[in-house]
Amino acid sequence: MPEVILIISGVLGFFLLVSALVAWLTRDLLVAVLATAAAGLLVSLFYLILQAPDVAITEASIGAGLTTGIFVYVLSKTERYEK
Amino acid sequence: MIKKAFLILLVAFTGYVFFVAASARPFGSPRVVVSKRYLEKGLNETGSQNIVTSVVVLYRGFDTLGEVTVLFLAATALAALISGFPFERKERTEPSLVMSTASRYLFPLILLFGAYIFVHGHLTPGGGFPGGVVIASGFLLMFLAFRKYRVSEGGLIVTEGLAGFFYVLIGLIGLYLLGSFLASFLPPGRLHTLLSGGIIPLIYILIGFKVGSEMTGILRSLKGEDENG
Repeated sequence: MPEVILIISGVLGFFLLVSALVAWLTRDLLVAVLATAAAGLLVSLFYLILQAPDVAITEASIGAGLTTGIFVYVLSKTERYEK
Repeated sequence: MIKKAFLILLVAFTGYVFFVAASARPFGSPRVVVSKRYLEKGLNETGSQNIVTSVVVLYRGFDTLGEVTVLFLAATALAALISGFPFERKERTEPSLVMSTASRYLFPLILLFGAYIFVHGHLTPGGGFPGGVVIASGFLLMFLAFRKYRVSEGGLIVTEGLAGFFYVLIGLIGLYLLGSFLASFLPPGRLHTLLSGGIIPLIYILIGFKVGSEMTGILRSLKGEDENG
């Protein structure tokens, strides 16, 4: 793999780790949902780098798009903060 | 604290297992027999430029029918669960003018993009599942932007049921004409054009409608029926 792709993967992986940790550690569930969506988007970029555009487009639309909407709906019906 | 340490340990162990399994087979090493056959003969056998689509719809078509069924069951179960819970309404702020105006113009474009994804499933990445989800996210935008926006339940059920019915019907026609369920009974057509790939475009259009109406149904049941709000 060329160096450029390795560098991009490293940066993406760092942000993926950060967003996963935020989603895990935060008490504000809305922040957790948005961090999960960011992680999904970064994972879909990884799929694109690994030359799997079909999986990437599915992950971007489901993992980062619709799932977030469903989670936000559920949050609006329950509690926003974890106890 | 012990719980978190245990979780970190679990994640590290899972990552180690994946690392060992992945390093046993070098990246990009020669492919296994089945996938090699798909890559070499898939284009001429099915007429689909996108090999992934030809695997999903034709070579592994029965699995895809199962997937669609699982999705249908999940949507039905969710609707049944949700309707039993009387959620108390909370105060909601009215969406801003920018949001509602932008949604009104974006909504048809999102629907068009979703339709593009599933109509071109055999040519470009994507297909029925992401296309349907994009369409449902367009409806999600409308649900968020307009509190009074309604989608008729009957329309969703009829769309979803008809799509499923025609999917099985196409499979049965293949069984009748060629002797195997979901066999491609249409000619492959001219390669790399819209009218190619045999029954793949038909099935992906049906899957797009089915997934789109199912996901919209899920969003609709989550939104709830607040007649006065």
